[in-house]
Formats: sequence, C-alpha cells, structure tokens
Amino acid sequence: MSPAEIREEIIDILGDIAPDENLDDLVDEKNFREQLELDSMDFLDIVMELRKRHRVQIPEEDYGNLASMHTTVTYLEPKMREIVKA
Amino acid sequence: MYDTIIIGAGMSGLAAGIRLAHFDQRVCILERHYTIGGLNSFYRMGGRDYDVGLHAMTNFARQGDKRGPLAKLIRQLRFRWEDFKLAEQIGSSIRFPGVSLDFGNDIELLEAEIAEHFPHCVDGFQKLSASLLDYDDLDGNNPNFNRSSREILKELIPDPLLCEMLLCPLMWYGNARENDMDFGQFCIMFRACYLEGFGRPFKGVRMILKNLVRKFRGLGGELKLRSGVSRIHVDGDRAVGIVLDDGTELEAKRILSSAGTVETMRMCDDITTPLVAKAGQLSFIESISILDRQPQDFGFNRTIVFYNDSEQFHWRRPEQGLCDARTGVICSPNNYQYDADEGMLPDGIIRITTLADYDRWTALDETKYRAEKVAQYELSVESSVRFMPDFRRYIIDTDVFTPKTIRRFTWHDNGAVYGAPDKQLDGTTHLKNVYLCGTDQGFVGIVGAIVSGISMANRHCLVES
Repeated sequence: MSPAEIREEIIDILGDIAPDENLDDLVDEKNFREQLELDSMDFLDIVMELRKRHRVQIPEEDYGNLASMHTTVTYLEPKMREIVKA
Repeated sequence: MYDTIIIGAGMSGLAAGIRLAHFDQRVCILERHYTIGGLNSFYRMGGRDYDVGLHAMTNFARQGDKRGPLAKLIRQLRFRWEDFKLAEQIGSSIRFPGVSLDFGNDIELLEAEIAEHFPHCVDGFQKLSASLLDYDDLDGNNPNFNRSSREILKELIPDPLLCEMLLCPLMWYGNARENDMDFGQFCIMFRACYLEGFGRPFKGVRMILKNLVRKFRGLGGELKLRSGVSRIHVDGDRAVGIVLDDGTELEAKRILSSAGTVETMRMCDDITTPLVAKAGQLSFIESISILDRQPQDFGFNRTIVFYNDSEQFHWRRPEQGLCDARTGVICSPNNYQYDADEGMLPDGIIRITTLADYDRWTALDETKYRAEKVAQYELSVESSVRFMPDFRRYIIDTDVFTPKTIRRFTWHDNGAVYGAPDKQLDGTTHLKNVYLCGTDQGFVGIVGAIVSGISMANRHCLVES
C-alpha cells in the first residue's frame, strides 16, 4: 500500500473504533489524543485491527509510533508496502 | 483446540467473548445453566417477564457523551447507543428517618439537597468530589485505592449522618466488603451512581443479553449452555484441559473464568483446599410485587429508594435471623422516562431487596423455606412502606428469590452478588493461562461486569506476551 492508502486504512479503522468522532479535520502532525477522545484501549484496538485486517504485527515496544497519523503512516509504510489494498 | 474458553455466560463472559471473537479467536463460552445472564439474568413466570438483578444500569450516559464506562463499552463492543437504548431515571432518593436526599443523573440535584439539609457540609462535599480517583487510577495501583472510605468521609464531611446517607446507595450498588468500603470502590460507585446516574432499557436486561449473544454468535463465537465446567486439568503452571459435568473434554490455549476466584480454584485439580473464607459474604432476598396500577397512580415516582431506619447504616451479613430489614432498596422499573413510542410497562412493579444470610436460608427444609419466603417478604414490605406509600392493597402477584436461588443459578459461593471483598484486580491466577473476570476481578453491576470482561480479554487474551 502507498502512504495515502495506509492513511485511508487508518481513517477507516478509526471510524470503526470511534464512530462518533469527526475525522474530516484530522491534522496529521498532531497527536491523535489531542484531537480525538481516544484512550489506551482504543490504541490497542488500532493495533488489533491492523493485525486482523492485514496480519501486520506491532510489538508492544513500538506502540509509541502510533501517536499521530504522520508517525503511524511512517511506521507502517515498510510493514505494509507489499500488502495490496482490498 | 480453542484459542480461549470462557467460563460463564453472564455479562462479563459475553463481553469478553465478543472482544475475542471480533479479533478472530476461536472462542467457546461454557455455561452451566440453561440460560444466559448469570447474576443479571431474566425469566418468565405466570405470563410475565422478570429481570433477576436489574434495578438500574449505572453509569448512565446520553447519546453523544464520549466519556465514561458506558460510552467505552459501546465502542469496544462495536455497538451503537441505540442497541442499549437506555431510558433515564425519573429520580431516586436516600431516605433515613427524618431526612431524605433526592438525586438524579446530574450531580446538581444532590448538591442542592445537601445545601438544603446539610448546609455545613457543602464545602466538604465539594472537596470529596474533587478528591475522587480518576478512572485511570482505578486499577488498584493507586495507594489510595485501599484506604477506608469511612475514614476519608469523616475527614471531609462534618456530619456523620450525611456520611452514612452517602455511603448507603454506594454500598448497596455495590460493596462486597462488610462495614467499610475501599476508597477505590467508593470512587467507582460515586461516579456510577451520583455523577453518571441510572438508566434502564424498556425491555429490561433481556434486551442487553440478547444483543450480546447475537453479536457474539454473529462473530462466530460458540456458546454452550447446560455445559458446566467440572475440572480444569493442570500440568505444572498451566491449564491443559477442561472437563465438563458430563465428562466431555475440551482444550484451549487459555481460560477466562467469570465463575469467581474460589469457585475457579475449586475446579483446578492442583488445588486441594481453596480458601473458601475469601469468598463474598453478602447476599440478598429480592421480592418482585406486581401491582394492578402504575406506582405513580398512588403517588410513588421514585426510581430507586435506598432506605435505612436509623442514623447508622449497617452493611453486613445478618448477624442473626434470615434477613436484616433495617435497610433496603426499593425499585420501581416503571419510574423511568421511557419514550412515548415505548409507552409504559404493562404492570406496576415494586422490587425490594433485603440483606440475607446464605447459610440460614439453605439450612431450611423445603416446607420451612417456602413459608419463610412469604414471611420475610411480608417483613421486608412492612419495613419498606415506612419510606414509600403503602402499595400492599394493589398487589396481584409476587415472586421472591433468596440466596439459595442465586447460588442455584449462578454457582457463586454463598449466593454472593458482589463477589469477594478482596478483588483480583489484575485478573491473574496461580496458572499462567487462566484468568478471572466478573465480580471477583473488580467491577460489579451490569456496566462494571461488561467492562471487566472487556478489560481482561484485552489485557490477557488479545495481547501476545
């Protein structure tokens, strides 16, 4: 997947996890927690959804990379390069 | 081989099952009873639907509220607010002799009542609210979690009567410990009852349970009823198999049990004497009186009344006799703000809950048991009508259940409703792949149990260690 496709997938996952949040005005460089009402359970869900949908494994020590959209896409790019968007 | 076997199809087991099935685990929930729900089950009798444990769901939140356990569990289980469709309470009361405090789903009402009846305690109450532990601090690691609530209240609130009145609903809804309450549990219940409040789905607990089961099965989860677990085979520090009452053997990578700490330990074949003294001690009788009219028709518009007939609130297993009716909870499921298109409940209902002693109830022979159900029911009603309009002439049907009933349908030791006083907050056991959820893990009530199931599934069954 390209970075743009990865971003779309993260938006889709966030829409699943937090359907009542407005994702249209999301600023990629700002932390998710500053813009959305997300807690540690929700972040775990991002990890779990990525594993469920794309078999992407994210070790616990890497969870910090998911702080913002920008850092998330950057982190996932090498892991998801080979995956074909459904 | 299952990824996870869950013992118990109550609120916590079903919620855990949904989380695991959603993330593609092969999950099986095993339930001994012929139906789901456990401590919060439902049944049908004489053409009517009854809820077992539900007076109210605590932690009420309005659609669009993003914070708090209810919003959290709806998100985690991928439900919508409409699937729970909670109607708000009309309002509840704490009634002691000579003084009554009303409260509702916004703290302002209770604050106003305190300003009116205990003006010298207004400051103290503000300080108390400000000192509540946050939800993030409620995993037991905070040093204030185990502090005595009575001590903290005494420091902040000058009037001992107000302390007793504030503790009464919170202990009733629920405190597993006799006499005093861990401050952590106090904070959980303070938020649940006073800050967030009560709600109820029009159709009662069956709607919630049916939604949970439908989702679980829809995700591929297996639910086996009439399938009680008899033994957990242990090899070293791991569970290697499960044996059902009928001898069937099942295997799983891990087990999540909502049966209770002592009850689960008893199943493990490496434990000869589980510490039964650690089980919960508090059980109740509960009566459901069906009336020929709506309670508001005879001037009763309270959703819940928590009463106590002296200035001192006693929260312990009855020292003598079958019941202790000095305190009790009166609930009218009619007194919620149901939608116009739902209308009113078909019958008027008054539920009364009374502290009861498990051992004395179970020692009764069949004839005495049936007679005492009637006698204790009458005593509890007599006690209650000091705090509400007398409804006895409107009664057309009744049902009563006792600690014996609770034990029979949930298999919790002592018919305990709120689990053990010492919670296993991290959900671990002596075995590396056996975990606990439900009332003995930490949170009680419908919302509490669901959050417990979700948290323990997340923490122990989803994250690869």
